[in-house]
Amino acid sequence: MSAANLVTSVNAGLAVALESDERVVMYGQDIGRNGGVFQATAGLQERFGERRVFDVPLAESGIVGTAIGMAVAGLRPVVEMQFSGFVYPAFNQIVSHVARLRNRTRGSMSLPMVIRMPYGGAVRALEHHSESMEAIFAHVPGLKVVIPSTPHDAKGLLLAAVRDPDPVIFMEPKRLYHSPQQEIPEGDYELPLGQARVVQEGDAVTVIGYGGQMRDIRAAAAHLKRQDIAIEVIDLRTIYPFDQETVVESVRKTGRLLVVHEGPRSFGVGAEIVSFATEEAFMYLDAPPRRLTGTDTIIPLPASEHFYFMQPEHIVDAVLELIET
Amino acid sequence: MIAGPLQLLAPDGTVPAGEAVDAYADYRMDAAQLLAAYRFMVSARAADEWAFSLHRQGRLHTYAPSTGQEANSVGSIMALRQDDWFVQSYRELGGLMARGVPLSNYFLYWLGYEAGNDNEVDEFHLMPVAIPIASQLPHAVGLAQAERYLGTDRLAIGFIGDGGTSEGDFHEAMNFAGVWKAPVIIFVQNNQYAISLPRSRQTASNTIAEKAGAYGMRGVQVDGNDVTAVFAATAEAAEIVRSGGLPTLIEGVTYRVAAHTTSDDPNRYREIDEVAAWKNRDPIVRLQKLLRSRGLASEEELQASIEEARQHARDEFDRVEASAAPALEEGFQHLYAELPPLLQAQLSERRRLQERTGK
Ligand SMILES: Cc1ncc(C[n+]2csc(CCOP(=O)(O)OP(=O)(O)O)c2C)c(N)n1
Repeated sequence: MSAANLVTSVNAGLAVALESDERVVMYGQDIGRNGGVFQATAGLQERFGERRVFDVPLAESGIVGTAIGMAVAGLRPVVEMQFSGFVYPAFNQIVSHVARLRNRTRGSMSLPMVIRMPYGGAVRALEHHSESMEAIFAHVPGLKVVIPSTPHDAKGLLLAAVRDPDPVIFMEPKRLYHSPQQEIPEGDYELPLGQARVVQEGDAVTVIGYGGQMRDIRAAAAHLKRQDIAIEVIDLRTIYPFDQETVVESVRKTGRLLVVHEGPRSFGVGAEIVSFATEEAFMYLDAPPRRLTGTDTIIPLPASEHFYFMQPEHIVDAVLELIET
Repeated sequence: MIAGPLQLLAPDGTVPAGEAVDAYADYRMDAAQLLAAYRFMVSARAADEWAFSLHRQGRLHTYAPSTGQEANSVGSIMALRQDDWFVQSYRELGGLMARGVPLSNYFLYWLGYEAGNDNEVDEFHLMPVAIPIASQLPHAVGLAQAERYLGTDRLAIGFIGDGGTSEGDFHEAMNFAGVWKAPVIIFVQNNQYAISLPRSRQTASNTIAEKAGAYGMRGVQVDGNDVTAVFAATAEAAEIVRSGGLPTLIEGVTYRVAAHTTSDDPNRYREIDEVAAWKNRDPIVRLQKLLRSRGLASEEELQASIEEARQHARDEFDRVEASAAPALEEGFQHLYAELPPLLQAQLSERRRLQERTGK
């Protein structure tokens, strides 16, 4: 075991991926000598050489588009988008090809590739550096979308993503990159995609979240515990395909559901979870499910961004209201 | 770069003399290759014309014809190895014939059957049809670069239209190719139109080939209705990129003689005289002249090949037209290596609906 925060655990996972498979190559903007703007790839070029870890021109569509070719030829590219806010030039490649190639070739071709990107806000960043647009990707048939929230999960999920036979959008919550360290296994381990993690068991309310807001949910859970309220906290981890079983089991047990995420509300991940839970556990519900999410507004500039993101106090309040109904 | 498009066979079927021709002496097609090129070109033409008339008969949906562009497609693919990556857009029927892709699959695809995409990668090294314009080009560059990484001497060729050269992916692909010095050939099928927009309004550049220089690539402009010139330019480029030389952009100057697709009426945007002039430069007619003058085929043999190709097209279409109806499950197959539980549930729901409604 060794101590790691989320960004060093991503780095450790990438190192294991490179070490364990000669077919893994990594590229992006400033990821080589510079080690990435968040240092997620620090030291990897030095250790594995420029042949396997390299910088390429500043062109997201070119990065994802060439990675498609590389994966078809038999490599396992892991490419970085410097920020999720700049993935859009590559959106055509992702939607029109990454998601579709296996299907369009009737399984004759597959795309074992990972597109990594820091996402999410509450870090007082510049415009375009705070959005949580995971729902956009989750809406595209053929993709998998994974978001870790702890160092332990980040490394294990990343290794599973790299080895998955299908393309994975891997979104890293940048506000948790430097959150407190956690002991994680030194070597190689994978955590299965498509499985949520029950962070805390409880019977009062099911609170589902992922990525950047997990820290706030855990803080709210700790606060509620002091009032003898045990909520069940679920970290979704894989946004698509999400773990329906864990969600429905928990909602049947608690009868109350709250979904928390940063991204805008309408047509978001919370909308899907709530409709699914309503369809599958309607008779078990004791209160209408609730969503605490970003609003359908542009994320404000730093001076007012605190209005946008859900705080632990908001979560506590929503839980208490749910219990009262 | 040679001034004017490279031409090794004049429209009248004679071989022009001069430095350009001498320079390509090593890349001349031999008799067997010329005859094979003729077969591939007439196969493509026959299938294309048949598809167009099938559409009029209401037996085929929207179809994108390639008549007039066969020399570009056939000449370039013939100059490459079977295991070189072939990255197509949607108008490379000639190249598909040269690769040996069964016509039945081509028809199946345009008939709307998923099974039309069953082209084994290890056999054909062919990427599927790419309809979002220019998006396929970065794939060719990635494939090429990966082959270098893997230590093979395979290359990739990526096709794109003149309209496609305005898209960002054309720029990004060329830029990556140049920076990586990737073993890739980018082949621009300059057929003068992107639906209705003429080449002159697509780019202010004199030629498309000259764009290559700014990316650190070689640029060659060829007469795209001269299969021997296309073959020679591609064979030369292949030799260069395989041995670590500059990636190459080839602009094959040709003409889209037919409509953009069966839903398009080209009379709305171009003059009949222009079309007629290009019909006089037909790549198949030109090759016929050479084959006859060299004594490689008699008029009867040339015509027999055409008849044979027409019959083959009809037979193949009839065979696939009677294809079994696709199953509901098909859309769920090959989406992921393993169908996630969430999608299994959606499939079950569709099955249930089908059982309840018969639809
Ligand atoms: C990104 C994108 N925009 C628009 C279209 C619609 N469209 C289909 S073909 C075409 C013209 C393409 O022209 P060109 O690249 O010259 O190729 P050609 O069809 O002449 O072979 C257009 C605009 C498309 N398929 N993709």
